[in-house]
Amino acid sequence: MEAIPTPVRLPAAESAIAGLSLSLWRRLAIGAGLVLALALPFVVKNFLVFQLTLAIIYAVAILGLNLLTGFNGQFSLGHSAFYAIGAYTAAIMMDQWDVAYYWTLPAAGVICLVTGFLFGLPALRLEGVYLALATFALAIATPQILKFSPLEHWTGGVQGIVIIKPDAPFGLPINSDQWVYFFTLAVAVVLYVCAVNLVRSRTGRAMVAIRDNPVAAGAMGVNVSLYKSLTFGVSALFTGIAGALGAIVTGFVAPDSFTFALSIQLFVGLVVGGVGSIPGTLFGGLFALFAPNIAESVSKGLAGAVYGVILVLVIYVMPSGAAGLVRLVVSKLARSGR
Amino acid sequence: MNWELLLHQVLAGLATGGIYACIALAVVMIYQAIDHLNFAQGEMAMFSTFIAWQLIEWGCPYWVAFVLTIALSFVAGVAIERIVFKPIHDAPVLSHIVVFIALFSILNSLAGWIWDYTIKNFPSPFGTRSLLGNGLISAHDGGMIAVTLVLLVLLYLFFRHTRIGLAMRAAAANPESARLAGIRVGWMIALGWGMAAAIGAVAGMLIAPVVFLEPNMMLGILLYGFAAAVVGGLTSPGGAVVGGFAVGVIENVAGTFIPYFGRELKLTIALLLIVAVLLVKPSGLFGRTVVTRV
Repeated sequence: MEAIPTPVRLPAAESAIAGLSLSLWRRLAIGAGLVLALALPFVVKNFLVFQLTLAIIYAVAILGLNLLTGFNGQFSLGHSAFYAIGAYTAAIMMDQWDVAYYWTLPAAGVICLVTGFLFGLPALRLEGVYLALATFALAIATPQILKFSPLEHWTGGVQGIVIIKPDAPFGLPINSDQWVYFFTLAVAVVLYVCAVNLVRSRTGRAMVAIRDNPVAAGAMGVNVSLYKSLTFGVSALFTGIAGALGAIVTGFVAPDSFTFALSIQLFVGLVVGGVGSIPGTLFGGLFALFAPNIAESVSKGLAGAVYGVILVLVIYVMPSGAAGLVRLVVSKLARSGR
Repeated sequence: MNWELLLHQVLAGLATGGIYACIALAVVMIYQAIDHLNFAQGEMAMFSTFIAWQLIEWGCPYWVAFVLTIALSFVAGVAIERIVFKPIHDAPVLSHIVVFIALFSILNSLAGWIWDYTIKNFPSPFGTRSLLGNGLISAHDGGMIAVTLVLLVLLYLFFRHTRIGLAMRAAAANPESARLAGIRVGWMIALGWGMAAAIGAVAGMLIAPVVFLEPNMMLGILLYGFAAAVVGGLTSPGGAVVGGFAVGVIENVAGTFIPYFGRELKLTIALLLIVAVLLVKPSGLFGRTVVTRV
């Protein structure tokens, strides 16, 4: 399966739209996005703040998946498993040992990094649909293992674990939802900066080289199997931290929140946002959260059908995802502006 | 080791394996024609089965409904390809998979809306008396396995010994060269969709008497069907059937004989075994290893 499309190339950073260079436009967009993200919790309703928090968390999970699929060309339907591992790590640490919620994130990250790396080793032998099936097995097995009775003391079995949602520290005049939103936003910004730097580094170039042509990459001295397994680990790390955040935000984990359907949701978010695009994952996160809600508000009985039609239309309009559409528009504008 | 229990479990495994083999065959068919796994395959089969049920409710005799459903499913399969997939022919593969997911969602929700979610009985043409092993394999299970094997032989003959079968294989293997040789590749793909839908309809109608008819009936079965198809080798219809039986038997035997966690984790164990097989033979047991020039 040739998973990765060749994207429309962005014009060079020096080319301009309306007299401003593209790199300046990019900085403006990032700045405006951050200002908007900081202002939103003070203007919208609490429930929407909660939903936006979840959308950011999905975006981070999709970012993890994108590092693997978009930048390394490995396909995964098993990321719900890493999300679950992250969520359960956070929940068990808070429930059993009273660890503060912010300390659970690094722990979840490290555990997922190791698990992902170890899973990546056997996955080296598999490609395309076969890798899809192996990761799919992981996604199917996860809820069953979480329900597994000998582990019930830790995982709470079918019931799951309830944890307490953190309040704002230092007596800040914001409610719990708003605080968790800002906490999540801060973690997400750090992770996005890390991802951008990773992709631009030597390691990132090796990852992309393996995606484009593993044989040539190997001939150039890239250690293909090491980088592929490592990418699996790093991808799991991002998704695992998202899972831990998810547990903190919802205050609850249960096996049936981490089924194969979650993997599908992340995958759809990945494609709709744009495979191989880091800002695209933000759109993917929003889509993964809000599209099913919108479908339900159109028609309760036919929610699934409406969701399906939305998906088909989105793919018709943007076959390479939101990122592909933006690239296309920007390159058109830049050409005509010259 | 309790040999009698083992024999029973193997027989029961063969009976469920027949279901998986049936759907795996449909999966392989469409994989041959379009080169991806179709996530909506199970829902297409489920929808066809509902149509058959509706025809029977309206007073059609079973076999008339059977043939009509197959014909309708064939047409619907071709139509889906022409309407939904042809316009995005050049879109990336991952976008195609998203459209499969969309199709899955649409068909599932539509079936629930039209026929609601209550469980319905579906008649069996073979009856339900016991055939072998004190009711472990019923006449229906036997009939299902027989139909699967007949389908397999027919498919083999079609692909090996007819012009159009050869053209379909050529279109899947090398679209550019096939087009230069005068094969209408687009229509071959549509034909593949139609055949996969028709085989799926047969599978659905055979499975429905066992698992009962409802919109989510295919969910679990499709998972096993995929697993069976992949473990048998996606390029080999015979492999898919063998894979189907293997998955059924492994699931049953592992569930009974592995102490302590066998029963709770039998699906996990079956999938782990499949992954283990893939690690040794990455293209499945009977699959053709694809060698590419670099």
